[in-house]
Amino acid sequence: MNLTLKIWRQKDSNAKGQMVDYKVTDISEHMSFLEMMDVLNEQLVNSGEEPVAFDHDCREGICGMCSLYINGEAHGPDRGITTCQLHMRMFNDGDTITIEPWRAAAFPVIKDLIVDRMSFERIQQAGGYISVNTSGNTQDANSLPISKHAADEAMDAATCIGCGACVATCKNSSAMLFVGAKVSQYALLPQGQVEAADRVKNMVAQMDLEGFGNCTNTGACEIECPKGISLENIARMNRELMKANLL
Amino acid sequence: MALDAKIPKGPIKDKWTDYKNNINLVNPANKRNIDIIVVGTGLAGGSAAATLAELGYNVKAFAYQDSPRRAHSIAAQGGINAAKNYQGDGDSNYRLFYDTVKGGDYRSREANVYRLAEVSGNIIDQCVAQGVPFARDYGGLLDNRSFGGVLVSRTFYAKGQTGQQLLLGAYSAMNRQIARGKIEMFNRHEMLDVVKIDGKARGIIARNLITGEIERHSAHAVVIATGGYGNVYFLSTNAMGSNATAAWKIHKKGAYFANPCFTQIHPTCIPRSGDYQSKLTLMSESLRNDGRIWVPAKIEDAKAIQQGKLKPTQIPEEDRDYYLERRYPAFGNLVPRDVASRAAKERCDAGYGVNATGEAVYLDFASAFERYGKEQAKIHGIKNPSKEEIIKLGQKIIESKYGNLFQMYEKIIAENPYETPMMIYPATHYTMGGIWVDYNLMTTVEGLYCIGEANFSDHGANRLGASALMQGLADGYFVLPYTIGDYLSQDIRTGKIPTNTPEFDEVEKEVKDRIDFFINNKGTKSVDYFHKKLGKVMWDKVGMSRNAKDLTAAMSEIKAIREEFWKDVKVPGTANEMNVELEKAGRVADFLELGELFAKDALIREESCGGHFREESAETDGPQKGEAKRNDKDFAFVSAWEYKGEPADAVLHKEQLEFKDIELKQRSYK
Ligand SMILES: Cc1cc2nc3c(=O)[nH]c(=O)nc-3n(C[C@H](O)[C@H](O)[C@H](O)COP(=O)(O)OP(=O)(O)OC[C@H]3O[C@@H](n4cnc5c(N)ncnc54)[C@H](O)[C@@H]3O)c2cc1C
Ligand code: SF4
Ligand code: FES
Repeated sequence: MNLTLKIWRQKDSNAKGQMVDYKVTDISEHMSFLEMMDVLNEQLVNSGEEPVAFDHDCREGICGMCSLYINGEAHGPDRGITTCQLHMRMFNDGDTITIEPWRAAAFPVIKDLIVDRMSFERIQQAGGYISVNTSGNTQDANSLPISKHAADEAMDAATCIGCGACVATCKNSSAMLFVGAKVSQYALLPQGQVEAADRVKNMVAQMDLEGFGNCTNTGACEIECPKGISLENIARMNRELMKANLL
Repeated sequence: MALDAKIPKGPIKDKWTDYKNNINLVNPANKRNIDIIVVGTGLAGGSAAATLAELGYNVKAFAYQDSPRRAHSIAAQGGINAAKNYQGDGDSNYRLFYDTVKGGDYRSREANVYRLAEVSGNIIDQCVAQGVPFARDYGGLLDNRSFGGVLVSRTFYAKGQTGQQLLLGAYSAMNRQIARGKIEMFNRHEMLDVVKIDGKARGIIARNLITGEIERHSAHAVVIATGGYGNVYFLSTNAMGSNATAAWKIHKKGAYFANPCFTQIHPTCIPRSGDYQSKLTLMSESLRNDGRIWVPAKIEDAKAIQQGKLKPTQIPEEDRDYYLERRYPAFGNLVPRDVASRAAKERCDAGYGVNATGEAVYLDFASAFERYGKEQAKIHGIKNPSKEEIIKLGQKIIESKYGNLFQMYEKIIAENPYETPMMIYPATHYTMGGIWVDYNLMTTVEGLYCIGEANFSDHGANRLGASALMQGLADGYFVLPYTIGDYLSQDIRTGKIPTNTPEFDEVEKEVKDRIDFFINNKGTKSVDYFHKKLGKVMWDKVGMSRNAKDLTAAMSEIKAIREEFWKDVKVPGTANEMNVELEKAGRVADFLELGELFAKDALIREESCGGHFREESAETDGPQKGEAKRNDKDFAFVSAWEYKGEPADAVLHKEQLEFKDIELKQRSYK
């Protein structure tokens, strides 16, 4: 395949960015999208230009590092995947592909396609944990039976990879799906109950402080989420918050 | 320097308890005056940082990703072992110890492995308390699965995302300490060297990957937890950024590098499809519990499949060669990874491979669909179900067990594995070698510790599945926090370590000079060009099977690539900004040295051991004919290399391994 790429280039967080056109040739449909980007970068390096910076690490859809807003969609066309799992067979010969970074006030651009997602970190530091001592004096694991249903549901919420696609795709740049998933995991397990009220209050307060928008129930986040995190988690977070505020 | 592993005296089952009872402790008030640097925040570094902070030390943690939660540990799929014996199938600390030593082909240290087995149960308790959603059975108790190479069901798991969930557990524990101010987290920072003062590790030089700034950080002790070096092969299942830089740099500053040639080749990866490929994807080994591995029995069929003229589903049962079940009736598809990997390569080398490149075998779930389907039909009281109904019911069960893996496979290969068997092939996966450490997890440099995959300690020559996660968490949560305290108890009066000293000046200059070299070198070839070249030599000549001639050739070829690299590498951009090519250049430079030491280590090991088949060392007759032949008389040692300039000049130190509690036996999985 031969393709035209329109890519956002931005030297650093202070610089003004712009779209730049590139051509790539001989792209195999078996390549992943990021391997196609590798081909472009190899080409740029060989011609003495700076390669395009983009975030990635595991290339298996699990670390949540890769991002990319491709043709106006977070993680590109195809559903239930991250950008590193996107394959070139989703595109056609001669296509023009637009590639931009996540766009949200709470995710400032660091360089080219790389954004700063530290706001997610601070939300979790605000309470996304269970306060248990880590030095190994915990009770036997099976002394706390947890129903399979609750464990499975908690697991579903816990599969969030913190990629930020939900924010990038939301017209309000809301982080509710992400925070909802985090709150839900602990809300569904007995271990998390003691601090449940503080947890949800603190995490939501931090979320607001970081400048994420509000949820207006459009549901775009759920559609673009690579891990199928459901809107049910937002509802659960809201219920938890209400409960916490009543206490 | 003579190697002293500092193994405590006494019977193996009491060693760790006695040790803990006798070490020096640091008073809580003094812990506040002690700083510890932890480099790497995967399972090992993350759990260590959280626990050290919990104990009261000031921790500075470093990672090259933007968040600890993205460390490579996140990718581990299958599970984590622990000797809980919840299943009542005869498991015990001793049995886990025994299986691990045997699985490591008797090249690991007994005392370390016993301790690992001993604390394994605690890990599960700890993680459950943190809210890790392990799989449960209907009674609400923890579920287990079994993994290759063992006969009990001791693997705890969270769907196919066990590493992710365990890491999120450690990460949440870190977050709690970050919020309390006990951990200072340095994201997007790369450690580029270690600083020693009076022979002790007292700090590091790191690069802020966003601004390019070179920073000095001091501490009373430094812990390296930077993961494995599988990317020396270029293609591996490791994350793209996984690297050996921290480990290699401390090696150059005096830490011995142990068993570099012990790499694990994983049998169930998605095969390579072309030259552009950047990495290989693992399919969890747990798939081997239900999938059967085969290739066509007739070479004509194999050829037809390779040319796309025949489909696997068209090959009748009697024309399939279930070669693992044929060769190893006792373990069948669940033989250890090395055995499964070599057997796959053997069939493919003989021409029976099943994809266009001839480097793939089938992993087939058809009979599992049927088996589970029949069971489900019974459970749900369905009378005389049709074959289709049975298959459907069975597929549902397989989906609930491995759904995400099946989906991942389909996304990559564009074939539905519910309809046609998966294709798999071995790939480099895990490195058992690494920095040499003693029982305290201290390297040969005082105050410098190494934990997790970055060290060599517990796995010997062939780690079994689900033990790397166990080791990482054991080291971080339960072992290091004790052993480091014993060392730090000497440091309570030291006070803050200043960074404006000649030692820091000197190392910082080395780091800066190297960066300047890369930026100013007027070369013509990209970093990846050299990395791929190195990877090819490694796979062809230092891969699953090895011989003296190829290894000798590999050493000089790698040296030549290294020389070319330093002449002709091109790194665009500048030093004072985010520069991804510059990051890669530093890492590949280190791989180019490590690769040569790796080959050298393989060359001296004139025995077949673990994942490595030394062609000169095979059984010549008897029931084991053709299988790997270990040589305990001459090679029951850890090779620990001392840096002397060129990798070829490294000096070998041997830690002789003693087996007092387990009898050395030839492994047999027949
Ligand atoms: C695909 C896959 C599946 C696996 N499945 C299993 C399984 O089912 N069960 C099992 O037991 N094991 C499994 N393993 C092995 C296991 O995941 C690893 O051995 C283990 O996670 C390593 O953990 P670690 O903490 O030592 O290192 P890592 O998780 O690799 O962490 C390394 C850390 O070091 C940091 N770092 C590296 N270099 C630097 C530097 N120079 N400066 C600063 N920071 C640095 C990184 O940012 C990261 O935080 C699997 C491995 C792979 C590749
Ligand atoms: S909720 Fe989904 S889209 Fe949002 S961060 Fe988590 S995985 Fe990504
Ligand atoms: S690179 Fe890890 S999720 Fe894409």
